[in-house]
Amino acid sequence: MLFRAGDTGVLLAGAGLVIALTVYAWGGSRGDTAVIRAAGQVIETVSLTHAQSFSVSGPLGATQIEIEPGRARIARDPSPRQLCVKQGWLTQSGQAALCLPNQVSLEIRGRFSAYDSLGY
Amino acid sequence: MTRSVIELPVTADDRRIARLAALAIGLTLAEAAVPSPLPGVKPGLANIVVLLVLLQFGWRAAAWVSGLRVLAGGLLLGSLFAPGFWLSAAGALISLLVLALARHLPSRHFGPVSLSVLAAFGHIGGQLALAGLWLLPGAALIKLLPVFAAAALVFGTVNGVIVARLLAAPASDRRQSVPCTLP
Repeated sequence: MLFRAGDTGVLLAGAGLVIALTVYAWGGSRGDTAVIRAAGQVIETVSLTHAQSFSVSGPLGATQIEIEPGRARIARDPSPRQLCVKQGWLTQSGQAALCLPNQVSLEIRGRFSAYDSLGY
Repeated sequence: MTRSVIELPVTADDRRIARLAALAIGLTLAEAAVPSPLPGVKPGLANIVVLLVLLQFGWRAAAWVSGLRVLAGGLLLGSLFAPGFWLSAAGALISLLVLALARHLPSRHFGPVSLSVLAAFGHIGGQLALAGLWLLPGAALIKLLPVFAAAALVFGTVNGVIVARLLAAPASDRRQSVPCTLP
């Protein structure tokens, strides 16, 4: 008999340990605050608790930022390539969307941030 | 001129441990030739021998075989006293300590697969603990924990099944010299 009753238990416990470690190491931490910057200056620090939207003006025009519980995104931006808009919703601490031509950035922060600081 | 001859008495136990350790060292060498995607992720085939020794000859013999395997494996692979050797030694030590506790589990319910999986987790745990304390302090290793743990689970299970099958094989199938009852 290859597997006895306890073996199954040990295997299940091992699988549970692997899953727990995966969640712990790779799960990332969800952010709870959004930091909005224009031309390098922090202009707004919002907690991701309720839906609201902001309009930030830069050299090209207005950038529309949308906040929802637990996530945030750049909804509209006058930049030609729309890279920061295409990034979609940001949820994890340390994620950031940069609209470089318009000098607006949106960064998610949490209790644990993955980086001490980021230079753009 | 007088010649002095020093004779070390060798018991049957010593011979058996030497033979089994040679088997484990052979598997360690064979395994070193297998490429691994990540340093430290290895099948640990030598643990099959250690486990068989534990189940047939007790913990003391298993500790000897494991220790000799680590030492001679280090000599033969040229990594004696290099970081890899210490990682291997730490893994073997923790694994043996885990086995010393786990062998008292009721064998009606816990077979070789349990012991093998627990020993594999002990192995990787010991290595990671030493690596985390000494070689790579900081959070760098945390991202790799799931990979190592998954490898320990898979290889531990496979090795355990091999041990269980070898133990279950009928005696006539065991091709081994007479004093050694191992398959």
